Amino acid sequence: MDLQSADVQTSWDTILRPQRAWWDLRLRDLWSYRDLIWLMVWRDFVAVYKQTVLGPIWHLIQPILTTIVFTVIFGTIAKLSTDDLPPFLFYMAGNTVWFYFSTCLVSTSKTFTANAGIFGKVYFPRLSVPVSIVISNLIAFAIRLGVFLAFLLYYLLAGAKINPNLWLLALPALILIMALLGLGMGIIVSSLTTKYRDLQHLVTFGMQLFMYATPVIYPLSSVPEKWQWLMLANPITPIVEVFRLGFLGTSSIDPLYLLYSTGFTAAMLLTGILIFNHVENTFMDTV
Amino acid sequence: MAAPVILIENLSKSYRLGVIGTGTFCGDFKRWVARKRGKPDPYSKVGVLDHENRTGDTLWALKDINCSIQQGDAVGIIGRNGAGKSTLLKILSRVTAPTSGAVKIKGRIASLLEVGTGFHPELTGRENVFLNGAIMGMRRAEIERKFDEIVDFSGVEKFIDTPVKRYSSGMYVRLAFAVAAHLEPEILIVDEVLAVGDAEFQKKCLGKMGEVTEGGRTVLFVSHNMAAIENLCTNAILIDNGRIIMQDNTAKTMQYYLETVLPSVIDDIPLSERKDRSGNGSIRLTGFHIEDACGNKLIAAHSGMDIVLVFSYQSHAPEPLKDVDIGFSIQGKETLSVLYSSYVGQTFKTLPPEGEFRCLVSRLPLSMGHYQVGARVTVCGQESDWPRNAVGYLDIEAGDFYGTGKKGFGASAPLLLMGEWTIKDYTS
Repeated sequence: MDLQSADVQTSWDTILRPQRAWWDLRLRDLWSYRDLIWLMVWRDFVAVYKQTVLGPIWHLIQPILTTIVFTVIFGTIAKLSTDDLPPFLFYMAGNTVWFYFSTCLVSTSKTFTANAGIFGKVYFPRLSVPVSIVISNLIAFAIRLGVFLAFLLYYLLAGAKINPNLWLLALPALILIMALLGLGMGIIVSSLTTKYRDLQHLVTFGMQLFMYATPVIYPLSSVPEKWQWLMLANPITPIVEVFRLGFLGTSSIDPLYLLYSTGFTAAMLLTGILIFNHVENTFMDTV
Repeated sequence: MAAPVILIENLSKSYRLGVIGTGTFCGDFKRWVARKRGKPDPYSKVGVLDHENRTGDTLWALKDINCSIQQGDAVGIIGRNGAGKSTLLKILSRVTAPTSGAVKIKGRIASLLEVGTGFHPELTGRENVFLNGAIMGMRRAEIERKFDEIVDFSGVEKFIDTPVKRYSSGMYVRLAFAVAAHLEPEILIVDEVLAVGDAEFQKKCLGKMGEVTEGGRTVLFVSHNMAAIENLCTNAILIDNGRIIMQDNTAKTMQYYLETVLPSVIDDIPLSERKDRSGNGSIRLTGFHIEDACGNKLIAAHSGMDIVLVFSYQSHAPEPLKDVDIGFSIQGKETLSVLYSSYVGQTFKTLPPEGEFRCLVSRLPLSMGHYQVGARVTVCGQESDWPRNAVGYLDIEAGDFYGTGKKGFGASAPLLLMGEWTIKDYTS
């Protein structure tokens, strides 16, 4: 009997306390809810594509239209350099990559505000929401990538001056870095939006500016030498450039800068998770 | 002696008021400017729900709670509005963290705080069962295994492949409850959800919850439906002002609540000064009493007599108020009746700044007992004043409702109906 009660005393499954240690990332908790993450990904997919017939088609039309606009404005009118690549492919490559990163960041930045209702009712690892968002955005990215590849093939067959090469193999790494960086920055913003709602507007606006600070509509090579370091300080720059290097074969970047992007991403992600975990504790008291 | 599954040690939860921030950069900046210039805070709210349990800027929703809950218990949590019940449940279900103290829990907790938590309207019932189950911590395989049982219990088989946006609220609750009930959590937290389903389903839920406790699992149940708590719970915890006042068997605790705690709120502070209210304050209820048909003030009434319920009010609105609708409720262990003036086609087009709302109830159809009266006023459809706890009491003594001198069935059947009995002869 004694043994039994001693056992009882020590076998608590959960102990709720005001603060957890800051290094307690609760990633194990997140892992045990992996089925939830998949179900949320699947929910996003089903819900979006059930609502509108145009759902997937939208992802076909949008990149094409955006690329046409870019080609006309920046290529034909402003006559920006495209490293001698076909402008259409050049812009579409940049746009495809940028789209994934920015949607990851913007949609994860709404985690707390968009889910206040459900977060107020039931516990599950809050991190599963932004993680699932990043994964479900892959679906839209895949469609856009497909559109890009179709045009790439067309240009190849038409004999355009492009040469896809082995850097193509870096694609999974590029996607992973973008996903994690978008996630890290997004959850930092979402943690801050619990205190400052208008930060949300800043994000949408800031992402537009951010795009112009990234070689999406111009190649890195067209940036004056003395400003290149500034461009390279942007962790997305190597991703966009290596993507173009792999698919189109031309870029002035040293792919080693990807290591910088990776380090930056790791730092952002860690910071993000720490802040996020801190906020999730008492977030419900401030909405 | 059963082992404790929940152990609460010195648990406190405070909310800081006024320092939370306005929620925007702009707002915080404006506030800062106003403070610098010695102006009042442009964001401070006037006349919103206040609370008696605050010291300075800090509101203690829970203060030094200690208790343990044994395995297999069904525990009801009772207390007035704003007493801290919901805060306690929120901490237990890990929605928010405590300010100090600790809660130790053994086993999986599932909370059913509100209907259809996490239901996505576009998805079908089937899809939502999976999603909802996962949100509550079930593995996919586990849900698959129990799927048929869940659907069976919910009674919505026919619509399981229909998007839940087409469901009635009743179907919604059933499905949600079915998922939670089959979670087989060691501890189930239920907060007032059952109020939505129909009577038959409520019974089924109570039965299921009873089954859950018999299976050695623990249920925490918060409800204003005293009858449901009495049916389901063996023990009850009474919370008032953020403290546990009593933890004992249900009957004793409930009796103490109804006879001691609840009246003390109503009797100690005049209605006009009470803070447990919401609404924009254009009208404020200031008192309640009952009168007989001739206008004599009564302490108690008896069944079958004509009484007038009198709600006095004051209005500080600068302009005369239009379209005023007042309603009152009568509550025993559960709500017995709600009557708004608009139900009988009356709204008050104009209103003097001070006066009484008077409602004549002929032949009072209540049996002897002690009832609480609640009241709420709206102006043009906007809530003006709603004291969250009762505004007063209705003490009913046995009376000649039927006009036959018979007293009738007694207090256990609170509603009195008048009827005429006849016989139809099948043989002729």
